[in-house]
Amino acid sequence: MATAIEVDSLSKKYRLGEFQAAYGTLRETLVHAGRRLAGREHHSAATEIWALQDVSFRVPEGQVLGVIGRNGAGKSTLLKILTRISHPTTGRAEIRGRVGSLLEVGTGFNQELTGRENIYLNGAILGMKRREIEGRFPDIVEFSGVERFIDTPVKRYSSGMYVRLAFAVAAHFEPEILLVDEVLAVGDAEFQARCLGRMEDLGNTGRTVLFVSHNMQAVAQLCNRAILLDGGRLVADGPSEEIVAHYLQTSAGAGSSRTWAEEEAPGDELVRLRSVRIVDVDGETVDYVDVRRPVGIELRFTVLDGGGPPVVPKIKVNTGGRVVFNAMDVDPRWHQPSLPGDYVATAWIPGNLLNEGLVGVDPAICSLDSPKLHHHVSVHEAVSFHVQDPAEGDSSRGRFTGQWRGVVRPLLEWTVR
Amino acid sequence: MVRAETTLEEERPTSGAADSGTNPQPAAATNGAVAAEADASRVTVIRPASRIPRLDIGELWHYRELLWTIVWRDVSVRYKQTFLGVAWAILVPAFTALVYVIVFGKFANFPAGSTPYPSLVVAGVLPMQYFASALSLASLSLLSNLPLVTKVYFPRTLLPLGGVMVPLVDFVVGLPVLLVLMWKYDTWPNGLKVFTAPLFMLLAVVTVLGLSLLLAAVNVRYRDVRYMIPVFLQVMPLLSGVMFAVDEIPTKWQWILSFNPMTSVIAGWRWAILDAAAPHPGQVAVSVSVALALFLIGLAIFRSSEPRFADTI
Repeated sequence: MATAIEVDSLSKKYRLGEFQAAYGTLRETLVHAGRRLAGREHHSAATEIWALQDVSFRVPEGQVLGVIGRNGAGKSTLLKILTRISHPTTGRAEIRGRVGSLLEVGTGFNQELTGRENIYLNGAILGMKRREIEGRFPDIVEFSGVERFIDTPVKRYSSGMYVRLAFAVAAHFEPEILLVDEVLAVGDAEFQARCLGRMEDLGNTGRTVLFVSHNMQAVAQLCNRAILLDGGRLVADGPSEEIVAHYLQTSAGAGSSRTWAEEEAPGDELVRLRSVRIVDVDGETVDYVDVRRPVGIELRFTVLDGGGPPVVPKIKVNTGGRVVFNAMDVDPRWHQPSLPGDYVATAWIPGNLLNEGLVGVDPAICSLDSPKLHHHVSVHEAVSFHVQDPAEGDSSRGRFTGQWRGVVRPLLEWTVR
Repeated sequence: MVRAETTLEEERPTSGAADSGTNPQPAAATNGAVAAEADASRVTVIRPASRIPRLDIGELWHYRELLWTIVWRDVSVRYKQTFLGVAWAILVPAFTALVYVIVFGKFANFPAGSTPYPSLVVAGVLPMQYFASALSLASLSLLSNLPLVTKVYFPRTLLPLGGVMVPLVDFVVGLPVLLVLMWKYDTWPNGLKVFTAPLFMLLAVVTVLGLSLLLAAVNVRYRDVRYMIPVFLQVMPLLSGVMFAVDEIPTKWQWILSFNPMTSVIAGWRWAILDAAAPHPGQVAVSVSVALALFLIGLAIFRSSEPRFADTI
């Protein structure tokens, strides 16, 4: 089968440091340039990071390829290069066919123009020819459901109408290759579901799709194949179920246990986090947790300096990019200045609280700097675990075994008269 | 082979802009040999930005519809939700000219040569007004189209290019002001030289495009440009001879001012349309050279920093 996308040792370097704030004033640059000339300041290699490093893969025509990895692994950079918004530093890629991306939904819509005018404008921006837009115009209008307002400026539209119109244009643009970044896709849950639906349709009609997502279930379900990026490198490539499983188990995905070496331990001069893990009631490290059982988040940390403010361990629990809750230990012992030494604190999340799915935990050590909370340590999604419902009839889903929506899944007490 | 070429022709119109940006940086250098295949028209090659900046005319041509769309958008949005609408395109130069006529004509007695002073001023104000609008619009075009720059690929040159085209509409709409004065003072163009007037406008377009490409590229990194432009535009009329006839000032100064291409644009206009004194050919040559140099430098800087726009803007 012909190759639709061919990526050959693609790398992208970004320079950090004083230029990290992407733009500055002319004066700042002149000052820095002057210092460099005077030999007092140098660009060091440490200020450069490789967002993408030697990534190669091929996507045959008609394949739906998932791209997964943690935040900062290089997924979005890869997509930006393939859509030609950004240039690679080295390497090359070839794309055979017209490229579209659902990133572009509503891009370039002009508030002052009418719905009709915006369809032409947006269509041209997406790469459609005028004749092509004219041919699809009736379909686009019908799909969007805004016929009555088609000659009204879009600034008078409700946000729902606006998104529907924008999506209608994007949906009627028929690229041979579709690039989707779910992470960046805007809009509400319903809209994201429509994007996924659209992607599935295109995949079923033999289009090539590159799908970047944090939603492992969607990747496993929609893609035939997946690649895993970590630190800008391609670390795994294979059938999507295998790669997703691999990602969830290895440290490339946030595993259920993480230990830092002495010199890498996150923290400041007051306190360092040594390790964090997910434990069951027997103290065993676990990846999968029964929805009905309590689960512990164990934080090991060292207080280095007894002279500082009292510190207190805290956790933040996230699912699907949303914060479920924050919790810190309220025991009075943390009100006294903490003595230097090692501590092991375990937070117990009760059973029948979290819903099924992947749960991420941000461990933190804080001190109250009234009225603010000062984070000495906070590691985003340091560990994660899966909540599973074995469907034995005694969780809040009862004997029902289908999808049970919600951020939490509490077991409630019911009174019946 | 013949068949293959037919398919190539057929595919072009239907396939969109995104595809045949087709080998922009291309291919031509290393594997240009495959270009004969019909399929090659649909291949996009992505590679590190080339170090040598160049203008890809073929790619610009491919994206012409997008250019028209951007120009059409800016023209139609320009006077939306204004009470007087497009009348502003007449009122702005008319009022500016009125102020100049009173201040510089009546009180300061600036030299006008043989031309009635109001006609002289209006013939200068119209190209200057174009220059000012085009420079502001085009220099800030990358920033005002931020969502496009960070989300969609197209040659970024289109944005400043569109920016210098949009105010041409205002310019044409403002021309009746000049016609009224020509009728009032009965100064009509003398002979075929009137047809050189568009050429002098072309000189203005090239000048402002070169300057805008330069400033637009700089503005991606340094937002100082936004504050520089108004200051620059305040002195421009004085440096371009908008309120006086350049041939009336000392020759040395005429040559110095000729390094500003707008001086020749305005002098040329007065010559072509109002039958004023002809600009010195040598001075026009200096202006044209400066304009071309500005254009090439602007283009080179724009094209060489283009690959970093999306990363730094």
